[in-house]
Amino acid sequence: MDNQRKEWLLNAGVIIALFAVPLWALAVGEPFIITLATRIAILAIAAVGLNIALGLGGMVSFGHALYLGVGGYVAGIAAHHAFAGTTVMGLPGTNQMLPIWVIAMLLSGLVAGVVGALSLRTSGIFFIMITLAFAQMGFFFTLSWPAYGGEDGLPIFVRNQFPGLNTARPWDMFLLAYGVLVAALLVFAMLRAARFGAALMAIRQNPDRTAAVGISPFGIKLVAFVLSGMITGLAGAMMADLTRFVSPAMMAWTMSGELIVIIILGGVGRLFGPVVGAALLVGFEVFFGGLTEHWKLWLGLVLLAVVLFARGGLIGLIAGRERHG
Amino acid sequence: MADTILELKGLRKNFGALKATDDVSLTLKRGEIHALIGPNGAGKTTLMALVSGKLPPDAGQVLLEGRELTALSVARRAQAGLGRSFQVSSLVSEYSALRNVMLALQSRQGHSYRFLRPVMMDQALREGAREMLARVGLGARASVEAAVLSHGERRLLEIAVALALQPRCFLLDEPMAGLGSEGTKALVTFLQELKSEAPILLIEHDMDAVFRLADRISVLVYGRIIATGTAPEIRANPQVRAVYLGEETPA
Repeated sequence: MDNQRKEWLLNAGVIIALFAVPLWALAVGEPFIITLATRIAILAIAAVGLNIALGLGGMVSFGHALYLGVGGYVAGIAAHHAFAGTTVMGLPGTNQMLPIWVIAMLLSGLVAGVVGALSLRTSGIFFIMITLAFAQMGFFFTLSWPAYGGEDGLPIFVRNQFPGLNTARPWDMFLLAYGVLVAALLVFAMLRAARFGAALMAIRQNPDRTAAVGISPFGIKLVAFVLSGMITGLAGAMMADLTRFVSPAMMAWTMSGELIVIIILGGVGRLFGPVVGAALLVGFEVFFGGLTEHWKLWLGLVLLAVVLFARGGLIGLIAGRERHG
Repeated sequence: MADTILELKGLRKNFGALKATDDVSLTLKRGEIHALIGPNGAGKTTLMALVSGKLPPDAGQVLLEGRELTALSVARRAQAGLGRSFQVSSLVSEYSALRNVMLALQSRQGHSYRFLRPVMMDQALREGAREMLARVGLGARASVEAAVLSHGERRLLEIAVALALQPRCFLLDEPMAGLGSEGTKALVTFLQELKSEAPILLIEHDMDAVFRLADRISVLVYGRIIATGTAPEIRANPQVRAVYLGEETPA
């Protein structure tokens, strides 16, 4: 069986399993497992966003928690004002997910545009540090923002609504996350296959060559970075609704690291890398977290093994190296 | 002046006290191969970087068909019609030969901000790229990854990528490097035909090839052009013989 076929089958298996397991949990009445699957799906959406920048474009952003946080605070602030019946900047709050998602994506895209425009002229360690610095600015800003809870964070008392679903029910919330994940994966696959993706992946491998054929690397990378931030921002809004809570911790550098870890575990640049990685991370946390407080030590060892022996992540281990036709 | 395609006017570039490019002016005319030779460290690479846009000059101009390129980026200059090949093969290593050429074609045809249509299903792009590969003799190697191609094949792929840009002029940086005598011979024949499509500014170490190919030769020493002329003129120039060709008599 060739590698492409193996990867295709693996991807199909993963996306079916991610639906089948919570469906089974619904049948036997295990809402905890449904919520776990929802968390995996939302983390995967966030990582799909990062995978555009990091996987396709080679931009190692160590600050993607910023967009997660921007999305999260959009959801939290909108719900806060809807609940209190007050306005924010002249606008009423809302408890509808659809407008919240649109605003979360626009705002995180805008922030990513500013961060990208300032950081994409650098590369390597400088790029990593600048993206980290911007995320830390967001972190400390929310930390000292008393109007929305400061370091205590901001609770969402009633989960925001989605037409036709009862979002308070774990299964409905899972369906939402699953649907958005599938959409995000389709967007990723489409971008990667299109002219834009061809240019972006070429820039990752050889920016000088790409410029010499007349494609300016900066513009392509900036657009990719903005799209990347928007998808991660959307995940942030959903994450806030899932946990019914936003806090500065969502923007902490450890969260940025977690997103990178997810992609490395699953497979950098692979379509399903974020899904496999998120499942591994959450699975690890639940399984080993139940056995020992020090589960992160074991995660660290697994990560080390992946970086040393399985550079393509779990997908690379099973389906081999990726080919670009 | 319609016959002048590329013109360099008074280009200067200093690195500290080192005059890497010192008041270089030259023209590239329609249908010609203009070779640039010089000993190691003469400033050929710097000059190439100034022309392609990798480095900004301290003074001087680069004109393509009378249009000023000096302030443009590498990518903009490529769009304007400078088709360059690299001294050390510089390709998109994980892409197949075909995709390397397709990338150049996609840039030539328009912009890369297209997000919907899969590029591999673009038959026009694929066919165009196959044609370019066939022209340089790589037709059978289209699906091989650039990283796996042999050294000689990568040199040819460099040429195919430059061809795909349909440039107004070619900048070829040591295209013969490491090709061996067979490969060099084939490439000499190919370049002789190519120059009628667009003139070629050729930087080359292989003196045999240069004297066979070039309509005009400029000799660069310490960043300055000390002589420009036809092959016999350059061969007979005593200054050139002294500083560059030394005791050796070129064939």
